[in-house]
Amino acid sequence: MTFKFPAIVLMGALALSACTNPDRFGGQGGFGSGNPTGGAPLNGVVPGSANDPASSAYFQQAVGDRVLFQVDQSNLTPEGQATLDGQAAWLMTNMNYQAVIEGHADEQGTREYNLALGARRANAAREYLISRGVPAARLTTISYGKERPIEICSNEACYSKNRRAVTVLAGGLTS
Amino acid sequence: MSMRLMIVGLALVASFGLSRGLEAEPLRITIEEGIIEPLPIAIPDFQAETGEAGQLSRDIARVVAQDLTGTGLFREIPASAFISTVSDFGAAVQYADWKAINAQALVTGAVSVTGGNVNVKFRLYDVFSGAELGAGLQFSGTTEGWRRMAHKVADEVYSRITGEGKYFDSRVVYVSETGPKDDRKKRLAIMDYDGANVQFLTDSSSIVLAPRFSPDGNRILYTSYESGFPRIYVLDIGSVQRRVLESGEGTMSFAPRFSPSGQTVVFSLTTGGNTDIYTMDIASGQTVRLTNTPSIETAPSFSPDGNQIVFESDRSGSQQLYIMSSTGGEATRISFGAGRYGTPVWSPRGDLVAFTKQNAGRFHIGVMRLDGSEERLLTASFLDEGPTWAPNGRVIMFARETQGEGGASSLYTVDVTGRVLKPVRTPEGGSDPSWSPLQK
Repeated sequence: MTFKFPAIVLMGALALSACTNPDRFGGQGGFGSGNPTGGAPLNGVVPGSANDPASSAYFQQAVGDRVLFQVDQSNLTPEGQATLDGQAAWLMTNMNYQAVIEGHADEQGTREYNLALGARRANAAREYLISRGVPAARLTTISYGKERPIEICSNEACYSKNRRAVTVLAGGLTS
Repeated sequence: MSMRLMIVGLALVASFGLSRGLEAEPLRITIEEGIIEPLPIAIPDFQAETGEAGQLSRDIARVVAQDLTGTGLFREIPASAFISTVSDFGAAVQYADWKAINAQALVTGAVSVTGGNVNVKFRLYDVFSGAELGAGLQFSGTTEGWRRMAHKVADEVYSRITGEGKYFDSRVVYVSETGPKDDRKKRLAIMDYDGANVQFLTDSSSIVLAPRFSPDGNRILYTSYESGFPRIYVLDIGSVQRRVLESGEGTMSFAPRFSPSGQTVVFSLTTGGNTDIYTMDIASGQTVRLTNTPSIETAPSFSPDGNQIVFESDRSGSQQLYIMSSTGGEATRISFGAGRYGTPVWSPRGDLVAFTKQNAGRFHIGVMRLDGSEERLLTASFLDEGPTWAPNGRVIMFARETQGEGGASSLYTVDVTGRVLKPVRTPEGGSDPSWSPLQK
């Protein structure tokens, strides 16, 4: 197995991504910052931690588990496409994972419309992953509309983070 | 003297009148344009006709008064101003004493309690005509249901004086909310229209959305994530038994409403990221697709005769309101003002559509006629949404969410003139209200 980044670069990427909240509704990921029980993991990588490139924590933090959208839009930005390229490559390497793509909207909109808009966003991400070779059967979608914001202020700084499609992994190796 | 009250902004005059002869102006509030003063009304404590009825005779009169003054059409004269005391329900009314304090209407009543049952009698008087307005009536029920007796009295008074339909003896199902925006707990609750007698119908272990009453008031449709995905459930209020309405693997279904027959559900189904409108026969589960476009079609609501459906669509590029046949086909756009329009709800009277409007960073609850004319915005705030009609089509309840990190949602009512806006007091936050039909 080859590492995409030298460990030192990876840690830098982790530090950057740590300012983004992990999605509390997003599966079993979480920050694997070390091995609390001590011991000396092989090559300094704790299986299942964010240092383990086959882990969902790595997917969430190093690959990037989410793409963001413009107001009332469901088309992917270039940044979103780049993130999804990484997700597709990762999913094609780690074939034992399934994924649920969760679509979300900010609070500016009616409940029903935002449910439909979140579904559009989740589907846009799913279609892109399929176009990059991920088998459709591994990808399902769900929309939470505006029901699950991760940021709670009422301005664009928060709204821009809430308009998201989050790829949540299921399955994979237990560690 | 004229006792006609006029209210801003609306030209919906009740056509049904109380014929009182030519010699006297009728005691009558006509809800139309203009604004004068609420009608002064006296509602002395009801008479206790049995020993156990003391507290109830006072409580029932208070609820009657709250119902009537809550409409904004009545002003209660405080008991401290009374000259006459009503000590006997059957005794003749001293009209001069009530005229002297300018009470234009007088409600008297009597309460008796026998076993677990309560009986409430009332009479309504037109003070300046010196006559009873309509016949005295009595209502009976269980003592726990005493508030319903009060609402029935208030409904009679309201209906006789305004000529409008009744609505106080009704319930509301809604989503009770607690917790911050990023950890909001939601559960279904049902209450009297005025926020009393709240009962919870689900727990908060999964997201529940947008409950809707059946036309007979016995069942509720709602959306729940309890399966992991949004699905529509139908819940029997009496037994609290529920079942899912299956919509197919890999789909999301939401925004359900009953047809006027109660046998069909209209709802949104999302498949492959695209949301369209379908109907489902509840008994057989058979679905019919009504729209077939790549745009978002959602929030459908039947006309009272069941022949048409009003819904929202962004097929024009932004959310707008459309009306189509209840069997699908061509749809006619009805909203053309600035901004985005969603969550249309057909009035039970058939004359208006209530909606949520989003424009220039504000949300509004509004009403328009079926051809989109005479649009009137009744509210404005950071976030108002989800109107539901009172059974008489004169009052709308909706949810208002406040801004910012401490934002919370609560229920409000506004009348169709936009003049009387008031909060509905609930034990927790509230959203997605649905008003029941008038109770039997």
